[in-house]
Amino acid sequence: MAVVSTRSGRLGNRIAIAIVLVITLIFLSPIYWITTTAFKPLVQATSVPPSVLFEPQITPFVKLFTKRAQLTGPVSPEVYEAAPWWEKLVLDGGERLARDGNGDVVFSAYPDRFVNSLIIAITSTILAVSLGTITAYGFSRFRVKGEADLLFFILSTRMLPPIVVAIPMFLMYRAVGLNDTHVGLIILYTAFNVSFAVWLMKGFIDEIPKEYEEAALVDGYTRMQAFFKIVLPEAATGIAATAVFCFITAWNEYAFALILTNRRAQTAPPFIPSQVGTGLQDWTVIAAGTVLFLLPVAIFTFLLRNHLLRGMSFGAIRK
Amino acid sequence: MMTTLSPSSRAATRGWSDITIRNLFVIPTVAFLIIFNVFPLLYSLGFSFTDFRASSKAPVNFVGLKNYTDILADPVIWRSFSTTLWYVIVSVTGQFVVGFGLALLLNRPIPGKGFLTTLLLLPMMLSPVVVGLFWKLIYDPSWGILNYALGLGKTAWLTDANLALYAVAITDIWMWSPFVMLLSLAGLSAVPKHLYEAASIDRASKLYTFFRITLPLVAPILLIAVIFRTMEAFKTFDIAFVMTGQPQAELISSRLYKMAFAQWQTGPASALAYIVLIMVLCITNIYVKYLNKAKER
Repeated sequence: MAVVSTRSGRLGNRIAIAIVLVITLIFLSPIYWITTTAFKPLVQATSVPPSVLFEPQITPFVKLFTKRAQLTGPVSPEVYEAAPWWEKLVLDGGERLARDGNGDVVFSAYPDRFVNSLIIAITSTILAVSLGTITAYGFSRFRVKGEADLLFFILSTRMLPPIVVAIPMFLMYRAVGLNDTHVGLIILYTAFNVSFAVWLMKGFIDEIPKEYEEAALVDGYTRMQAFFKIVLPEAATGIAATAVFCFITAWNEYAFALILTNRRAQTAPPFIPSQVGTGLQDWTVIAAGTVLFLLPVAIFTFLLRNHLLRGMSFGAIRK
Repeated sequence: MMTTLSPSSRAATRGWSDITIRNLFVIPTVAFLIIFNVFPLLYSLGFSFTDFRASSKAPVNFVGLKNYTDILADPVIWRSFSTTLWYVIVSVTGQFVVGFGLALLLNRPIPGKGFLTTLLLLPMMLSPVVVGLFWKLIYDPSWGILNYALGLGKTAWLTDANLALYAVAITDIWMWSPFVMLLSLAGLSAVPKHLYEAASIDRASKLYTFFRITLPLVAPILLIAVIFRTMEAFKTFDIAFVMTGQPQAELISSRLYKMAFAQWQTGPASALAYIVLIMVLCITNIYVKYLNKAKER
């Protein structure tokens, strides 16, 4: 910006920084609020006025992973004493843990859904990035007939509204038995992400000088060897950034998961809201599930911070 | 004929030829995308001319253009379209104002700027459906923090017919202003410094500098941000779907979902899906045009 040496300029700068800080705090407050709710005692989660000060506890997380039932009477002291610390937390809240015939704690559906999300997001990311990288190399280094049209077609598949594609996908998957399977969602997320991966990777590969490979070809490498030994290592950062973007997209996806899965292969996004409105709403547990689900993405955002612009603009804008 | 071989064509004599590799690298992806995007769409194009219901085994009848004419005559669908249009306008304008405003404020040396920017970018990376869910907690009329913090009493943000759409739009603005900010910052930092120096030598006013130097140079990238957000806002499903069931706030994607998977009107839903698809493709076309322009710069 303009050179700020005047006194009024410096003052203006300070005011601008102050405004930015206030806006940042406002922006972060919803995230702060859901995070603290996940550590609140039940009565304080929905208290009026909202409680800002509270004694943080991890009971919501214990509840998130277990099935529970309302206590009907007081717990006998022996049972209470024998219970491990995390079970005591639940008993203190007036609930008991459900146990199966062997006396083992029964888990809630949350860990299953979380693992489903992990399996589906990771597998589809690996597939989409692998396919995307080689296709991007093809487009970057060789003359492809109708290249612009093909690239537009590839990008346009990414822009399709999920619900529009979901109607025929639902019918086709039902016909071949892919509804509510991990494979079904993995293929779909791969298809969804591969277009993005091609566009982003093409930008990264275009930046690698062709001379590197040509030198390798002169040295007796085959084209494939040059690709694996020269281009891939050079593109490593780009591949990592693309992978994180694909992972986040698959991890966050809701519409397809809602329509194409219901139990076995259901991921966390359609599961978490379905817990709202089932009987007594325990917002601390919903908040705990939310926080745990958002955590990987928050970490990735920090790792990815220098590539966000590029990813969000499909590789068109570089820093 | 060629007397000297270029390195790449010499390599073609060893291992696979370049053409084989090109085909091997490009064709599977294109074929995969055709199978999983074009083929399903052709499949549903067929259904859009029938009275097919995916929930029943009743024989399927060809009904011609009836589904399309029914949709164009259906006031509920028209309402959804106009709601969506209004939602797009409110939400994208909000994102533009907040995002570009933030970028202007951030476009100066600030200690810890990188960290600050990353924190601001966090909302757009989160799952829209989960974001919608925790904003429900914030919007709760009786114990939500928003009503308490702003002293709004028991305002029923998500169940009030007049407010629900704005409540969803506010959440969307919260989520996506950072995106506009990110692109604007890139545009602002690309404006050559000497232009500002020249302007200050000429004693140009700040307003003049902004409208004659900053804005014209940032405009192309702003346009990309706005078109992209318009396209995404038009498709909005997750956030609105989990946040409110208010019919006055029903977006076209939610209408489509209900037609297809709650009422099982597969034929008519396919027809509506096609109408939506064509609209999205038009916006995509404009978007890609500007994206390529930006790339050439």
